[in-house]
Amino acid sequence: MKVRVLVSFKESVLDPQGQTVKNALLTLGYQTVKDVRQGKVFEIELAGVSEAEAARIVPELANKVLANPIIEKFTWQVLKDGKKG
Amino acid sequence: MKFGVVVFPGSNCDHDAYYALKHVLRQPTIFLWHKDHDLRGVDCVVLPGGFSYGDYLRAGAIAKFSPLMREVREFAAGGGLILGICNGFQVLLELGLLPGAMLRNKNLKFLCENVHLRVENAGTRFSNRARRGQVLRIPIAHFDGNYFAPPNEVRELEKNGQVVFRYVDAGGRATAAANVNGSAAGIAGIINREGNVLGMMPHPERASEALLGSEDGRIVFESLIRSGTPLPRRRRTP
Repeated sequence: MKVRVLVSFKESVLDPQGQTVKNALLTLGYQTVKDVRQGKVFEIELAGVSEAEAARIVPELANKVLANPIIEKFTWQVLKDGKKG
Repeated sequence: MKFGVVVFPGSNCDHDAYYALKHVLRQPTIFLWHKDHDLRGVDCVVLPGGFSYGDYLRAGAIAKFSPLMREVREFAAGGGLILGICNGFQVLLELGLLPGAMLRNKNLKFLCENVHLRVENAGTRFSNRARRGQVLRIPIAHFDGNYFAPPNEVRELEKNGQVVFRYVDAGGRATAAANVNGSAAGIAGIINREGNVLGMMPHPERASEALLGSEDGRIVFESLIRSGTPLPRRRRTP
């Protein structure tokens, strides 16, 4: 099973990289851009686990390793098996 | 006083710290390999600057899981002295031995320059050779030194005297311009509540000899040596 974890800064934390990207987009004329937050994406392959087990393991490893809970939050989802479609 | 400098893959100020402690301050100093499980009887553990594990994921995030960190946690819990410099400070934050986290510098630049620090608490074992309010000139070299903690946590740190070093200008004023990386409250170095673990972004080992442009960093090491050496016993005359 493949899962995707998205880690991004909490709303209360300033994201200077996101701000810089936003300013670049505005400079290019994309005036509809309101805000940009930059984050990290992890695609993790798990072997021999059920969705229920994944629901226990993924948040645990995200909290312990992938994200620093002081400044970051995360969301995750199960990806459909590698097939295009 | 016996110092142990921890070496992670990617540490690059380990030899500088070793040199300052062993050859400038003439203290018994050894390297500690991060994969070992033995602090070999040191009195003070130094987590040096550099880029442990290439700063992958987050600065200090992988070093936190190095085998030796188990002993380092136990050492800290038992009151052992730990000094984290730059990446070492980041590792202490990731380990949870100090509160807060590091963000990228506010101007998104790697900063390598001399800065001024004001000693905010001269009563710690890392700063007892300084005067309160003394301004030190010590270099920084980091990308992620923008200290962050929730506002209530920062207030706690201030209230408890845990902010030991703050970025100031040459005249000792805490201005926005002097806070080069954008740290909360201009924080450059903090200590835990128990007073045995200190993390600082500036590099005292790079300011330990006149030849290097400043000797101000010696204060940190000299304070440690003073606090680690038992006071001479006074003999009573009958």
